[in-house]
Amino acid sequence: MELILAVVSGTLFAASFYLLLRRNLLRFVIGIIILGNAVNLLIFTMGRLTREVPPVIPYGQKVIEGAYANPLPQALILTAIVISFGLLAFTLVLVYRNYTVSRTIDADRLTASEPEQDVDLHTQKKRLPA
Amino acid sequence: MLLAVLSVFAAAAVAPLVVRLSRKAAGWILATVPLGAFVFFIRQAGHVTHDGPLRESTPWFPAYDLPLTFYLDGLSLLFALLVTGIGTLIVVYAGGYLKHSDELGRFYVQLLSFMGAMLGLVLADNAIVFFIFFELTSLTSYLLIGFYHNEEDSRQAARKALVVTGAGGLALMAGLILLYQVTGTWEFSEMLAMGDTVVQSPLYVGIFILVCAGAFTKSAQFPFHFWLPAAMAGPTPVSAYLHSATMVKAGVFILARMHPVLGGTELWTTTLVAFGGFTMLMTAWLALRYTDLKQILAYTTTMVLGLLTMLLGVGTEEAIAAMVTFTLVHALYKGALFMLAGNIDHETGTRDLKELGGLRSAMPITMIGGLAAALSMSGIPPFFGFIGKEITYEAALHAGGWSTLILGASVLANAALVASGLLVGLKPFIGEIKGAFTREPHEAPLSMYLGPCVLGGLGLAIGLYPAFVDHSLLQSAQAGILQEPHELHLALWHGVNPALIASLITFAIGFAIYYGWERLQKSAVMGGFGRALGDAPGDGFERLLYELGRSSHTITRAFQTGQFRRYLLLIFTGTIVMVGGALLFEANLSWPSELGEVRYYEAALAGLVVLSALAAVRANDRFVAILALSIGGYSVALLYLLFGAPDLAMTQFSVETLTLILLVIVLIHLPNIDGYEPITSRVRDAVVAVGVGAIVTTVAFAALSFPLDRSVSEFMMQNSYTEAQGSNIVNVILVDFRGLDTMGEIIVLTMAALGVFVLMRMRRIRLPEILGTRLHSDDEPIRVDGDGETVPAGAEAGGAADQNGAEVHPDEPAGAEEAAPDDQSTS
Repeated sequence: MELILAVVSGTLFAASFYLLLRRNLLRFVIGIIILGNAVNLLIFTMGRLTREVPPVIPYGQKVIEGAYANPLPQALILTAIVISFGLLAFTLVLVYRNYTVSRTIDADRLTASEPEQDVDLHTQKKRLPA
Repeated sequence: MLLAVLSVFAAAAVAPLVVRLSRKAAGWILATVPLGAFVFFIRQAGHVTHDGPLRESTPWFPAYDLPLTFYLDGLSLLFALLVTGIGTLIVVYAGGYLKHSDELGRFYVQLLSFMGAMLGLVLADNAIVFFIFFELTSLTSYLLIGFYHNEEDSRQAARKALVVTGAGGLALMAGLILLYQVTGTWEFSEMLAMGDTVVQSPLYVGIFILVCAGAFTKSAQFPFHFWLPAAMAGPTPVSAYLHSATMVKAGVFILARMHPVLGGTELWTTTLVAFGGFTMLMTAWLALRYTDLKQILAYTTTMVLGLLTMLLGVGTEEAIAAMVTFTLVHALYKGALFMLAGNIDHETGTRDLKELGGLRSAMPITMIGGLAAALSMSGIPPFFGFIGKEITYEAALHAGGWSTLILGASVLANAALVASGLLVGLKPFIGEIKGAFTREPHEAPLSMYLGPCVLGGLGLAIGLYPAFVDHSLLQSAQAGILQEPHELHLALWHGVNPALIASLITFAIGFAIYYGWERLQKSAVMGGFGRALGDAPGDGFERLLYELGRSSHTITRAFQTGQFRRYLLLIFTGTIVMVGGALLFEANLSWPSELGEVRYYEAALAGLVVLSALAAVRANDRFVAILALSIGGYSVALLYLLFGAPDLAMTQFSVETLTLILLVIVLIHLPNIDGYEPITSRVRDAVVAVGVGAIVTTVAFAALSFPLDRSVSEFMMQNSYTEAQGSNIVNVILVDFRGLDTMGEIIVLTMAALGVFVLMRMRRIRLPEILGTRLHSDDEPIRVDGDGETVPAGAEAGGAADQNGAEVHPDEPAGAEEAAPDDQSTS
């Protein structure tokens, strides 16, 4: 089953990266959402899969006897899910806010911070002594 | 000696305070420090000349075996006296020259720092200490040339000087390191006796070239001569001090210091004589092209530096005697003449010879001091310059095979020097006042004529009574270079001999040039010569810098296109190439052999995740995409649930729901996600994306083929209940074992929530400030309000933004609270 989930995760990565490369910023946002799931699934699979036994110590015991699901990746993913959501919310609002200002969600038109035509520092006329 | 160097640096530190206390007397007060050092070195002179060199060592960085060692022999004594003696006069002079400048304090800090560095340079015995001071002089020189930093010429000249001398400094450092590898010592005083070892070493040629590169750049030898005339953009006291009397001689100094170690070979003689002689002859005549007093003086300075280099190359007893003599001659008259030029500039408002004349009655004292120096420069008896010239000719006459050539070049160069000396020191004062000066010409104050008069007077005094310096100072300097004592005797009159005849020829040509100067200066030959050798190297240097900047700009632009999609594409491609390459070349990768147990509903869920992702990719409608996303997200949550992760499933369900709501709320106000992109870019992106996906899967496969180390998880399980009193291990990890991480997570979420809040609250944005002129909006025109603020033409969008702010914002902290309490409640 791990192998299948590794392929699933790889497919999600591919889908996400394809979307991240689109000009439409909303597709970019969708790519981010899929990326979150892809990473989480990958971490989960890497911790190996154990069916139906959550890492919870049964009542009255001090340790778990026998097999149990790996708690470490779960802790990591729990954090990651929440952080991804925060990232998504912020990105989404940024895209929206940008749209209200520039009226576009085309990534290739958002070049104000790095204009194609630079201020060329070298064009000033060179003056040489004497 | 350490104290002498440190006291100058200390003076630099307190200079601004002194200037604040008394602007008028600051120069006089600060001058006491170099004066004190000067007196100190005078007092050492007797010891050095009779008993031999002094050496002093103070621990500095014992861990690196780097002591502050100073070495005072005849050579360093001569230079130390020049640095402190002329330094004293310059500090006084600058007080008058920059009296009205608001930045006198800054000037003194830089000037005195330079003086300390220069003093350290000539005294240093340890090569590393020497190099540090060498670089310090380059740096302070850069600051001083660029003192008028609001003028472009100054900045450009300063940059030129820094790049040239800095690059030379690096070469010199490499040379010194190689020298250490050959000799096994950093101390110059120990190297001096190891000349044979060094010359026979296979590294000799490399060392020689590197040291020469450092010396030639610092001392402005061809083809690096262009930076020195440009450096005249600095204030005149700087030109007088750094760029004639002291710093530019650092290159000559290191050559002189290295003479016993590297000198005496064919390579040494040929290189130094050729470069020095050519620089001497070329720049002597270039000087005649200019009408600016400082430019004339600058070129005659490179002429003298060339002469000194050439004499070091000749290396005979007479040549070295001539070299040390001319060092002193030049320092005395050139310092004075620069101050003279400064006085004329300061008191008349111009230093252009075309506008100057008839100042004899207005500036009599400056004229006397300046004229004395100029006559010394022209080598007219009985001034010291005459002796310097005679002994140079003597040396040239006995220079061996090169003799005729050297003598001819020296005569021609000195003839130009005669004319230059008269042009600077005589011409401004004689004749009629030519035009209206911007200021009424008047005599300079005491602080400003003191320097020229003292130095000019010394030139005359030593000329009349050379015994004052020849047996003591100069002879021991010569011994310092040659490492063996010789008798050095100077006299004005040697009888009628070839040197005297050469002098007479020199005068004849020199006076002829002086009288024909105006025609010569304007002649086409002179112009072409000046452009080819005077301007071209400097222009070429600027061109080089320009091309460097432009090509690096082109390279940067090739990668930084300003489109983040391009960056992502590069990063993804880089991942494929590097990780994929590593996978290919990693031979002992094993692959998991068996699939393991697969249940049909698990496989179905996995398939659903893949299908939903593909649907999201293919969707042309935003709501179809959102739906597909949600199906995928919920499927992942179910997978978590099936594989023993109920906490993850819970969180994923809640977050997935929130995401759905958030997307619907926001996307309703945004355009649809359709948009045509050319098939080529889609295929290209798809190939890259699938490539990265394949790499991820491959890495995952490879990782799965190794057994998992669960010791950390085991530790958490063992201690979860006993140590942290929690039975849900995941939650114990989050709030206990890794509690700080969770706090970081909460902070990140809070920041995101704040960011969302601020973004939604920002109602109106001044568009031009954010986007400049680079805004494209063919979709909908932007309407600019009367007050300069802009709002989107779709007015309801602005209103909707506010509404959304109210709606979206409460969702945010809900997400944050979701994570934390959920974890804690169960622990």
